[in-house]
Amino acid sequence: MSNKTTVGSVLVVGGGITGMQSALDMAESGYYVYLIEESPAIGGVMAQLDKTFPTNDCSM
Amino acid sequence: MDKCIACGTCAEKCPAKTTDAFNEGLAKRKAIYVPYAQAVPLKYAIDKNRCIYFQKGKCRACEKFCPTNAINFDDKEKDITLTVGSVILTAGFTPFNPDRFDNYQHAKFPNVVTSMEFERILSAGGPFGGHIHRLSDGQEPRKIAWLQCVGSRDLNRCDNEYCSSVCCMYAIKESVIAKEHLGADFEPAIFFMDMRTHGKDFEKYYERAKSQGVRFIRSRVHTITETDASGTLNLVYVTESGERVSEEFDMVVLSVGMEPAASAMEAAKTLGVELNPYHFVKTSDMTPVSTSREGIFVAGALQGPKDIPQSVVEASAAACSAGIHLASARGTLVKEKTFPAEQSVQDDAPRIGVFVCNCGINIGGIADVPAVAAYARELGNVVFTEEPLFACSQDAQEKMVEIIREQKLNRVVVAACTPRTHEPLFQETIRNAGLNAYLFEMANIRNQCTWVHSAEKEKATEKAKDLVRMAVQRANILEPIPDLSVGVNKSALIVGGGIAGMTAAISLADQGFAASIVEKSSSLGGAARDVLHTWRGENIQEHLKKLVDRVSNHPQITVFTQSEIVDASGFVGNFETRVKTGTEIHAIQHGVVIVATGGQASVTDEYLYGKHPAVTRWHDLEQNPELLTGVGSVVFIQCVGSRNDQRPYCSRICCTSSVYQAIDIKEKHPDTDVFILYRDIRTFGEREVLYKKAREKGVVFIRYSLNKKPVVTEAADGLDVRVFDPILQKELIIHADRVNLATAIEPSPNEDIAALYKLPVNAEKFFMEAHAKLRPVDFASDGLFVCGIAHYPKSIDESIAQAMAAAGRAATVLARTSIQISPLVSQVNRDLCIGCGLCTDICPFGAIIQEEVDGKGFKAKNISASCKGCGLCASSCPKKAIDMLHFRDAQILAAVCAAA
Repeated sequence: MSNKTTVGSVLVVGGGITGMQSALDMAESGYYVYLIEESPAIGGVMAQLDKTFPTNDCSM
Repeated sequence: MDKCIACGTCAEKCPAKTTDAFNEGLAKRKAIYVPYAQAVPLKYAIDKNRCIYFQKGKCRACEKFCPTNAINFDDKEKDITLTVGSVILTAGFTPFNPDRFDNYQHAKFPNVVTSMEFERILSAGGPFGGHIHRLSDGQEPRKIAWLQCVGSRDLNRCDNEYCSSVCCMYAIKESVIAKEHLGADFEPAIFFMDMRTHGKDFEKYYERAKSQGVRFIRSRVHTITETDASGTLNLVYVTESGERVSEEFDMVVLSVGMEPAASAMEAAKTLGVELNPYHFVKTSDMTPVSTSREGIFVAGALQGPKDIPQSVVEASAAACSAGIHLASARGTLVKEKTFPAEQSVQDDAPRIGVFVCNCGINIGGIADVPAVAAYARELGNVVFTEEPLFACSQDAQEKMVEIIREQKLNRVVVAACTPRTHEPLFQETIRNAGLNAYLFEMANIRNQCTWVHSAEKEKATEKAKDLVRMAVQRANILEPIPDLSVGVNKSALIVGGGIAGMTAAISLADQGFAASIVEKSSSLGGAARDVLHTWRGENIQEHLKKLVDRVSNHPQITVFTQSEIVDASGFVGNFETRVKTGTEIHAIQHGVVIVATGGQASVTDEYLYGKHPAVTRWHDLEQNPELLTGVGSVVFIQCVGSRNDQRPYCSRICCTSSVYQAIDIKEKHPDTDVFILYRDIRTFGEREVLYKKAREKGVVFIRYSLNKKPVVTEAADGLDVRVFDPILQKELIIHADRVNLATAIEPSPNEDIAALYKLPVNAEKFFMEAHAKLRPVDFASDGLFVCGIAHYPKSIDESIAQAMAAAGRAATVLARTSIQISPLVSQVNRDLCIGCGLCTDICPFGAIIQEEVDGKGFKAKNISASCKGCGLCASSCPKKAIDMLHFRDAQILAAVCAAA
């Protein structure tokens, strides 16, 4: 790896809760992030849920 | 896309309707749409397959009515080539589709819905506004049955032999929420095989559901029929005692499992990443987010079925792994956004500009916007007003910057929608004009005015004037608040030298950050030293040895063994911890803290443990294989000290561990009889495969309940174990040569660490994360993180993932030279402060301390970097000596008085 030039960017495939967290963590630690999502909005399955267990917090 | 202001006119005018996938097909949407109200980006998109123009060549209604010319029919799909250093795959799962199986009747009966459909039915933002009703006739259901393991743990029908991990909990949640909606006489019932509530605080949730009247029936329903034309359903099942029962329900919810998303599998294949037999991305327990290709990482349900917190943990772990991979290029492709220098406004009289937004017709169609603007123009210090059609549109924003400069405005009020979504945008706009962000005020004349008073136009106009007057009076005395930033010491202190602590240390050190490990005992390794294999059969001791070697020799890591923390102070970026080794004290400066204090298997006095040599626990047999030679029978007893009143939680890993060991015994000693006495087998996720394998190998599983626990007595040549078998409805006596107990996992003593860093623990003494779902490794206070068993019992692969996640989260702090903090913090007026200390006691973040001032006694002092701006201190201060910046009493009162 040291012989090549490392590119300081990352591609995150999927904009659900996991992809968003990865993207935020990467961006906040100094890397350029491309986040790709097939639907018109990020949020994934979690956005479809009503509440979350075990706290009954609103999922949205 | 920049031009779209999400006014919704296009969707209103669009004549083409189609199925709304976001609402699981329970509603219709237009061909131009946003998937849901809170969508990000909040921009309308055209569904090409449904758009009349794209399908038939004419219509373009959206284009005609769009007020900002945001529709572009010429926009084409295009290929984009990206050059990146790393890839993280997080493309998730698809809920199992039960339509292909006739026994569930989902495709045929309207009152059989999937759990995803039921989520939308429950949701206040869903197609029925949260009103639960039957799809057949709109009646409120009185009885609903949930059917577990639909598309999971099922080789006969669907080939998904794994457990989907989340369905037991979401079914309980749906039943409890449904009961909240439908009232006390609503009867929910859950049909299950094993109740798998193995996560943090899940067991308590399960017990609470039972007490709230949720019925749990251990059976698989074999037949669903419709009893009448209204769609009422009849379920036939057999109880554990063999009785055939036929029962009517108004609705059935199928708890569908998880399958890898087809497009995700496709993407993984394209990238040349190996999949496991269930088509999830293959990983190793020691590198839980690494795929078979270097530089490509995976997180979330694409790696295997899991819940949200575990997905979020892996997301941060993958970011950590990618961070290690790209460490040499950190910061090379990012740049900070810059703003023009802020103009000083302190000495100038207020010059307020008021922008009254029409929001299309949302506001302007109801309130008399020109009248509101004219009214505002007459208020003191208001020097300019305007009535944009959409204040948030890109051109309106650019114009606002010009106006601020031309009119020399030094305060800006926007009367429009909600600050929740739009305040940051306007704050950025005024910063672009050289004003401090906090010289901005918003009046919500849409959500809180025209939307709720649409039938009373004149009153709405009057109320809008009131709201604008309040905002202007507050704006008069707004003050610029300077940015708040603190420097960062780029090193970590890690409490605990087990597998979690060491993994966190090495993950930071490999990214170039220094780490100190403080370990109480004389050597590194922790609880993992007792475990030989992971549940996938990987060798832990080999990995542990390599890890200890790397940690001990890494130039960026300092290890303090036989050491304890005696004092800690500071805040994010700037902690100081004093470590005592023998008689020596080391003062360590560091920017973050990672707590990895671990846990251990508890000791019990049940089942003759400690009284009879043939009774062992956990890994005793594995570690001493000679104990198994010539042995006729081994009995494992599960839940010893877990899931009871004393420890109302599931220890999560014991079922898998005992099942793994049972298989091992059967393979090495096929003639030995192996029994597992359990309450629910919780081999969640792909661990289920071990359960199946154990049964195939002849391991006998016998369920017991808390009120009929097994009894172990000494016999002439070994032990007798008595247990009531619920299938045979008889008590069995098993003669056992060995009895091995899966005792509860408990956290290591951690009161001192919790007190020193002001960290919360739950009732069972596990450390409490900031948010059960979304922040599973962060503490509520910035710069402090948790991982491993200190957080909750977990397997080695999960501990490693969480340790990497903690390192990933810590890197978001350590990567900076300074951290911007919200400057909306509390401020003490020391002249008024009497040093009573109430504020210090009440502050949950340790952000206000008492400091001795020469000749004046104690005075409160703010630690702004730790302050979250909650205002508890200000409201508790008996002398009103504390104010919250931007929300000073005087500023709030100005608005209140203006309303009076």
